[in-house]
Amino acid sequence: MLHSTRLDRQAVALRPARNAPLTLRIPEPAARPGEPVNFSKLRLSAPGAVRRPSLDAEPRAMHDLAYELIRVLDDKGNAVGPWVPEIASATLIAGLRNMMLTRVFDERMYRAQRQGKCSFYVKSTGEEAVAAAQAAALESTDMLFGSYRSQGLLIARGYPLLKMMGQVYSNALDPLLGRQMPVMYSSREHNYFTISGNLGTQFIQAVGWSMASALSGDTRIAASWIGDGTTAEGDFHYAMTFASVYRAPVILNVVNNQWAISSFQGIAGGDEAPFAARAVGYGLPALRVDGNDFLAVYAATKWAASRARANHGATLIELFTYRAEAHSTSDDPTRYRPADEGAKWPLGDPIARLKQHLIARGEWSEQKHASLQEEVTAEVRNLQKEAEAKGVHGSNQPPSPKTMFEGVFKEPDPRLLKQRQEAGF
Amino acid sequence: MATMNMIQALNSAMSTMMARDPSVVVFGEDVGYFGGVFRATDGLQKKYGAHRCFDTPIAEGGIVGAAIGMGAYGMRPVVEIQFADYIYPAFDQLTSEAARIRYRSAGDFNVPIVVRTPYGGGIFGGQTHSQSPEGLFTHVVGLKVVIPSTPYDAKGLLISSIEDDDPVIFLEPKRLYTGPFDGRHDVAVKPWSVHPASEVPEDYYRVPLGKASIVRAGEDVTILAYGTMVHVALAAAQESGVDAEVIDLRSLVPLDLETIMASVNKTGRCIVVHEATKTSGFGAELAALVQRECFYQLESPVERVTGWDIPYPHAFEWQYFPGPTRVAAAMRQAMEA
Repeated sequence: MLHSTRLDRQAVALRPARNAPLTLRIPEPAARPGEPVNFSKLRLSAPGAVRRPSLDAEPRAMHDLAYELIRVLDDKGNAVGPWVPEIASATLIAGLRNMMLTRVFDERMYRAQRQGKCSFYVKSTGEEAVAAAQAAALESTDMLFGSYRSQGLLIARGYPLLKMMGQVYSNALDPLLGRQMPVMYSSREHNYFTISGNLGTQFIQAVGWSMASALSGDTRIAASWIGDGTTAEGDFHYAMTFASVYRAPVILNVVNNQWAISSFQGIAGGDEAPFAARAVGYGLPALRVDGNDFLAVYAATKWAASRARANHGATLIELFTYRAEAHSTSDDPTRYRPADEGAKWPLGDPIARLKQHLIARGEWSEQKHASLQEEVTAEVRNLQKEAEAKGVHGSNQPPSPKTMFEGVFKEPDPRLLKQRQEAGF
Repeated sequence: MATMNMIQALNSAMSTMMARDPSVVVFGEDVGYFGGVFRATDGLQKKYGAHRCFDTPIAEGGIVGAAIGMGAYGMRPVVEIQFADYIYPAFDQLTSEAARIRYRSAGDFNVPIVVRTPYGGGIFGGQTHSQSPEGLFTHVVGLKVVIPSTPYDAKGLLISSIEDDDPVIFLEPKRLYTGPFDGRHDVAVKPWSVHPASEVPEDYYRVPLGKASIVRAGEDVTILAYGTMVHVALAAAQESGVDAEVIDLRSLVPLDLETIMASVNKTGRCIVVHEATKTSGFGAELAALVQRECFYQLESPVERVTGWDIPYPHAFEWQYFPGPTRVAAAMRQAMEA
């Protein structure tokens, strides 16, 4: 008998395809250079419109918050809605000063790089409220695991600008002895964990730190920051999983500044769902916050911190903002996004908005603002002179190269003693 | 003193340190209630509570990342990666983070963690349960790499590793967990109980990192080995009749170069053996150091007996494993050179 299985298989294989060809989507931002800016896809809620759940609310009862946007300041600078924080005017003015100081510091260090005085620099322009408001909402003993754009946290914690400049210039003032790039600061004294250039690694480390704090019966919590692009890294998943499983006292922040170098947030998956919504699958609460609204950032962070301190566990906060300038001194954003996109950002500028609020509150004036601007500019300028007197990158007075052979391990390494001699130091 | 196999000695080390130091915590996949797939953490959760010894999600990068954060806080986490073959998701956390945090922060932060992981072949584990990745870690500055070969050393070295203020990769030769396997796969393996190094103090003691052990004194050729290969080298010495000096390195970083040099300067011959693949393996570093430091005393080329440069092939366990016959042949060859 002729067996027909083989023939049947051929018949199946030869049947003409009737399915449509498969397609693949390569995400594209709403506008490229030369095109008009287009913010039609942004998910924005009205100021004051988003509810404020109780501190012990079940994560499953607050999924809606991942898709809304917590905003406190309205277009006129008034604080509205359930998220209006109880915050003293002095705290707001201090926050304003920290934001202005950070912006001036960034501006001058950026220019120093252009003058060849340092190798590299990363500004945080447009995102200053994230650092200033969150630092204000946390206690100074809480541990911060920031990213390379977290200089504002360190400034808000009162770390000496002169030391920061020393590191930027890699001169004799550099507390890290010339071992780290500019902006990758470290300060145990200020509870600011050493910054890594490998994206996202700090997210799970912060969870581990907070687990240790809880295991030790301590009262300190941890907080960490990554960008929208870094949410695609495995460390994000590790951090979210561990934070959820162990109900760790940590605040996990995604600073969605829309751009990861030249990749818009859609390349990290932000077009399909807000980054905050990723918390839903982990059973964690999520807050999506206007990152340029100092009061909203402060209120959301206070909520998450209180929740962690009360042993209700971790919160994911998406801080919705805009990277107003280049990724770094090695980047030219006009090559991939409309040049006026930042200026037209619908949520404005964090410094201008807090200034407007303080004026509306009757606590501030154009004149006071101008003199504060002068004051912080003079402070940075004077410190810069002092720092540059100690040398700039690649010139006089760096830390001794001898020190580069030290401190890999706690104990001196005999191999390195030999290599140091070989190098002639 | 008690008689322990290597698993029991490792368990005793962790238990000893958990009792002495509240900052020591143990975690990893299946290590809590169940006590680990190789039983190394058996009973620790019951004894010290779930907050001192607990299960983790299957996320090696998460386990090590969390341990780094705990280490930075001031705890001394001892984590288990179930097989060394599974360690690669944690590679970024180990090489870019744990290894460099002390240096990059100029001493502001350090990471006193131990990453325990079973490694090596001999159990028909195929490509994903047999690897020897020590050379990947010795190449990373800032990591210590420790490998015991007996129950006594396993406990003493693990205690030293837990007390060390820098990150330690603690590679456990899984084929040695229950007995001193010497590569002769066709004869029954003796249990540890008949080996003198199974006499293990129940209390605290240390075996220092960076101190090699001369496990067989000899005059003709120096064998540098660690882990399972220490016992293979001893069997090879017996099989070949060559009067070999067998050195158990015990830790690769830090390395006891003095003991190595003294031995090779005495014997004039050196063979490096490891299970790991040959090219760019730790044997290459040892060979380079020996030829540089002992060049004028060498009477034959420094030889390497290693795994072949192939993934560990499941059905060809003993054709891959560098057993005593291959090591003995290298010894004879060295003597003829």
